[in-house]
Amino acid sequence: MEFLQNNLEAIYIVLLCIFIGIEVLSNVPSVLHTPLMSGANAISGVITIGAIAMVLNLPEDAHIGILILGGIAVFLGTLNIAGGFLVTRRMLRMFTTKSN
Amino acid sequence: MNIIMNIGYLLASFSFITGLKLMSSPKHASKGNTIAAVGMLIAILSVFTGIISEKINYTNLGIILTAIVLGIVVGKQMAFKVKMTGMPQMVSLLNATGGGCAMLLGWIEAIQINTAIAIGPQILLNLGTITGAIAFSGSIIAYLKLSGKLKDRNSLFINVISKILVIICIALPIAFAASVLPISFFHLTLILLGLGLLYGIIFVMPIGGADMPVVISLLNSITGIATALAGLLYDNKTMIAGGIFVGAAGIFLTILMCKAMNRSLWKVIAGSNKSKQQGAQTSQQQVIQETNVSETVTKLLLSKKIGIVPGYGMAVAQAQHTCFQLQKLLQGQDKTLDYIIHPVAGRMPGHMNVLLAEAKIDYDYLKEMHEANDYIQEYDLLLVIGANDVVNPVAETNPESSIYGMPIIKAHLSKNVIVFKRSMNPGYAGIANELFEKENCQLLFGDAQTNLQEIVEQLKVLN
Repeated sequence: MEFLQNNLEAIYIVLLCIFIGIEVLSNVPSVLHTPLMSGANAISGVITIGAIAMVLNLPEDAHIGILILGGIAVFLGTLNIAGGFLVTRRMLRMFTTKSN
Repeated sequence: MNIIMNIGYLLASFSFITGLKLMSSPKHASKGNTIAAVGMLIAILSVFTGIISEKINYTNLGIILTAIVLGIVVGKQMAFKVKMTGMPQMVSLLNATGGGCAMLLGWIEAIQINTAIAIGPQILLNLGTITGAIAFSGSIIAYLKLSGKLKDRNSLFINVISKILVIICIALPIAFAASVLPISFFHLTLILLGLGLLYGIIFVMPIGGADMPVVISLLNSITGIATALAGLLYDNKTMIAGGIFVGAAGIFLTILMCKAMNRSLWKVIAGSNKSKQQGAQTSQQQVIQETNVSETVTKLLLSKKIGIVPGYGMAVAQAQHTCFQLQKLLQGQDKTLDYIIHPVAGRMPGHMNVLLAEAKIDYDYLKEMHEANDYIQEYDLLLVIGANDVVNPVAETNPESSIYGMPIIKAHLSKNVIVFKRSMNPGYAGIANELFEKENCQLLFGDAQTNLQEIVEQLKVLN
């Protein structure tokens, strides 16, 4: 109960985002499903900012192992972002039409 | 400084929505992708503004910047090297990195927490770690299976283990909360992380090749959920928003794929195979009409409105480039050539469209199944290349069949059909295709690419 009380704002955001997400996506034509998926995949790389914030806040006397784990986390997250957006861009550039 | 960070996060969340919104039209999709990427850049820059006012720890900063540079370099390499047929593997691999990041985040947080934290954050942290671990190991297995390095394995044993794992994953934290377990929170997290990894492997292992589009979508959404959970833990709105959008996108595509294959999500997850009895039907002799290349060319010349129904087999043979040549030739003779695409053609949602786009085929000629079915009788000739089950009328006529109820491209209703086929082997579902017996259907045996090339050559001569 206390948890709900303290996080009410976050829960509102979660609920609203679910609706926005479904609403925005329900119109995507199947032509674009693959780029949509890899683009969405890249967006889930936003977890990287959590990893960056965490490593920044690690105390100075933190164990080297923890620092390395944190570095790997940031690396994986960035790889997700860079790879995802770039490969999506590559795909979308191939979609051409007469009007272009 | 806090206010700058928060405004940055707000801008980032907004650009994610805008980007996804623009992705719903082929014309603006590229712009949408750029906007989302810029949003991501803003989000990352915003994190760094948060520390400016504080004392900077240069070792940590150095590690982060090195990791970012490495991530960009490797990501760029991967993105430019991947072949379009390998896109499903690529997406799985990238999904694994996102899941891995979430998993490590939970791990490190659990080490950091010395003093007791409230039950709410504890649950969030553990859920985030488990989902991250499942997405990580599941995506790696999916990657290995898609690239043919791993075969499907299904047994009662795996089924039982996966159920036991789910029970343990629920029971352990409850026991911990009730202070029955003599372990620290860190150890609990570590055990759950291990169980999550194991579950991810067991979850994807039994799933059949044709169900892969569903699994990739599902794993994608699990990563999104892991991100959102981490966002809740840190009370970071951008992470919540981004994670939930991805989760919603994944679930949306998962359901869409299940519908297109007439499979319930539960059956895909349980890895249940289609009943074997239906396979027996294939042994019956089918009466078919065979045709050859020159007859096909004659038919093409006599037709005005032509359609191609492509399957993954066509993409593997790289025949889409020859299709493009054929299209140019036919359009030169004032004929039209469309591509009618089933939602599950290829290895992931929309994969076939990307493969055709790579061959420079204009997306205006790509027709969705439902759209094309409405006027399929107007087609003078349909060429079915590398597709089988998705044009099988049994799905509409025979309630006994395992694919009954699956939406199909109603090729049998068009004026003429020519099926390019290697042999009389049945498709993935293992059932005979009634289309082949229809009066308006003929079969052209042999390698699709060779036959298409031959057709193009003959058409060129006749021009």
